[in-house]
Amino acid sequence: MSEYNHPYQDVDFVIKEIVEFDSFCQNAGLEDINSEFASVILNEAAKLGSEVIAPLNTTGDSQGSSLKDKKVQQADGFSEAYQQYMENGWSSLTAEAEFGGQNLPNLFGTAINEIWQSASLAFSLCPMLTQGAISAIKHHGSESLKHTWLPNMISGQWTGTMNLTEPDAGTDLAAIKTKAVPNNDHYLISGQKIFITWGDHQMTENVVHLVLARLPDAPAGVKGISLFVVPKFLLDEQGNTTSQLNDVHCTALEHKLGIHASPTCSMSFGDNDGAIGYIVGEPHKGLSYMFTMMNHARQDVGLQGLAVSERSYQQALQYAKERLQGTNKDGSRFSIIKFPDVRRMLMQMKASIEAMRALAYVASNETDKSRYAKTADEKAKHFSRVELYTPIVKGWLTELAQEVTYLGTQINGGMGFIEETGSAQHYRDARILTIYEGTTGIQALDLVGRKTLFDKGEQLALLLIEIAQTSVDLKQYPQLDKLALSLENAVITAQEARNWLLDNAQADKSAAGSVSVNFMMMFGYICGAWMMAKAAIKSQQKLDLGEDKTEFFKAKLVTAQFYFEHLLPRIHTNFASIQAGSDSIMSLPEDQF
Amino acid sequence: MKILVTVKRVIDYNVKARVKADNSDVDLANTKMALNPFCEIAVEEAIRLKESGAATEVVVVSIGPKACQEQIRTSLALGADRGIQIETDTMPESLNAAKLLAKVVEAEQPGLIIMGKQAIDSDNNQTGQMLAALLDMPQGTFASKVELIGEKVHVTREVDGGLQTIALNMPAIVTTDLRLNEPRYASLPNIMKAKRKPLVVQTPVDLGVEMKTHTQLVKVEAPTERQAGIKVNSIEELIEKLQNEAKVI
Repeated sequence: MSEYNHPYQDVDFVIKEIVEFDSFCQNAGLEDINSEFASVILNEAAKLGSEVIAPLNTTGDSQGSSLKDKKVQQADGFSEAYQQYMENGWSSLTAEAEFGGQNLPNLFGTAINEIWQSASLAFSLCPMLTQGAISAIKHHGSESLKHTWLPNMISGQWTGTMNLTEPDAGTDLAAIKTKAVPNNDHYLISGQKIFITWGDHQMTENVVHLVLARLPDAPAGVKGISLFVVPKFLLDEQGNTTSQLNDVHCTALEHKLGIHASPTCSMSFGDNDGAIGYIVGEPHKGLSYMFTMMNHARQDVGLQGLAVSERSYQQALQYAKERLQGTNKDGSRFSIIKFPDVRRMLMQMKASIEAMRALAYVASNETDKSRYAKTADEKAKHFSRVELYTPIVKGWLTELAQEVTYLGTQINGGMGFIEETGSAQHYRDARILTIYEGTTGIQALDLVGRKTLFDKGEQLALLLIEIAQTSVDLKQYPQLDKLALSLENAVITAQEARNWLLDNAQADKSAAGSVSVNFMMMFGYICGAWMMAKAAIKSQQKLDLGEDKTEFFKAKLVTAQFYFEHLLPRIHTNFASIQAGSDSIMSLPEDQF
Repeated sequence: MKILVTVKRVIDYNVKARVKADNSDVDLANTKMALNPFCEIAVEEAIRLKESGAATEVVVVSIGPKACQEQIRTSLALGADRGIQIETDTMPESLNAAKLLAKVVEAEQPGLIIMGKQAIDSDNNQTGQMLAALLDMPQGTFASKVELIGEKVHVTREVDGGLQTIALNMPAIVTTDLRLNEPRYASLPNIMKAKRKPLVVQTPVDLGVEMKTHTQLVKVEAPTERQAGIKVNSIEELIEKLQNEAKVI
């Protein structure tokens, strides 16, 4: 079993120096909130994460959850851990004060979610889905709906789920068949949903499902889908949970490659008379409501890529330091961390993780900047940046996590391949991340389509101008000359890729789709380089001032150097693929496959 | 009844301590700091007494540079009511700490003083006893159980031979051992509330205490690294090695 230690030094550094959270708080007029307070809160969350939740990661993985008498039994210890999570108030972190939330910035949510996700990805999904359900009701529900459901969801007494997918409607939600029929003050829902994360469990007194379904008069396609709240247990007139089950239950659990302790449920609504549900917002707008939560949900999954990578790295690092597999001349033995190739792998994990964390936190803080903007222009500017970052954070972080967790297992050698050591779990758990909440392909299409072609590359150009500015800043430090040159070149290559896309997407309808993943990965590596460049500048400044923590800052500089020498050059491969266009990808006739 | 709890900022118990290159001290430059675990138990015990209705107010006091306010805030987040920081440049040695605390006790007049039995950095296990002597108060050290019965506090002490329960007149000083309780985690709403709880800063000069030097730190060395063990083939060989190599029997 592996331990989890909160990487507080890097987290602090990113919050203070890369996000520059304190100046954000000042500009936003947030009293009492600053990076120091962030570290106090993170410290407490980290205790719960590493002491209570993290030990459940391995046991939850081997035990999984089970279905008996239509009830899902979660893995041992999860209920107690959830109870503690709830009692300590963590579910209220970013929620609105009106309904009992603490209304803290989105960045706090991100930094704290990283802890739960590193501690146990399977566990963390339950609160994460609840956050999504809270957000849907908060943004789109009527006042009475909000007052009925939000307080107990924000306090964590009830958890939430998202019921979108059906057997024939996954990425293409237009094909949804679940029905909702008006009946007095509510609706009767019937249909089948699949892949419902934490669709049922015994940790809380109620589960609140958010369900996409069609009204009888709904137009066909995406414009005919409505959103409903469907509780597991019905409420009494005071809004308290009763013992009366609604007409909804879990019919099966999926057997999965990873996240075993997170029950993935097939849900059946309305086997008898129909499950009682309450509409969220207006009819037929369900899908657009879902889209408003998408940036947050997708960035959160990107964050999971970072979190699982971090856990995998900690385990690999410990093994690399302890595993004696070399012999000195005097007969004494040394650990494998002395081998250059093991170093290469550890450096790659470390550099990836640090770049991922900085990007995830910076992207998260853009949501705060948009929320607290003083003018409409500022608000729009930061919101556009959130939109642009989202597919990169989701797509690039989760793809990179595949490689990082792969390396984690590789460093563990044969011990990594056997299950007892727990290294393989991170590799298996990470595998879902490029799939759910929109596959990598979907993220890449979002980036080339809605986020680039749609505005003729304007947002991307603005981002590149900012990155180019950092390459100018780097030149002020002679030690960082090489980074400056590489970043400058990377920006030029990125501009060429952007122009290629804008020039070719019209003439060749397959071009955008063919190059999209390379395009998305390229911008991921460039954003990562930008973050590492900023980290290098700050570290150099601190070293020049002779501040404390010199070892940390020196390590940052080496890690940035590694990133620029070994990860950033991948953009040239990406670019070569992009320039090749769709030709060899699309020209083979289908019957040749 | 008011309870005074003393807390100390120390190196986090999860962190592997490193010695400075010149052997002058432990290197704390880049190290995670935390509330001393014994002090955390003391805070927990005080809060439990308050929750049970036996106490009305819990005051925490810490001595050290401004950074130790972090540990006071942590204690406030756990449920203490207000904090006092006695500002000093460095962590004072036990007798100076006891003298400073004695002044705080005189001003605050608590019914009970709960302290960690020792701090995990210097491991002196002195301040509680010295404070009791300075104030001429009864002391119950190494407590694994604390009960208020009538006008007395009954303290079960972990002593070499087992457990010893003593009844102390109050005000009294209790120092905590590890088995006294299991401290809670601070909840988010309480962390938020702690920001607004009062924290006053005083100096040794304010308290009229002259900080004297009684001890001098000469040298700090890391423990010698443990050698790898060997397997012996027989009991005879084991005894032979214990006699001749280890020279312990």
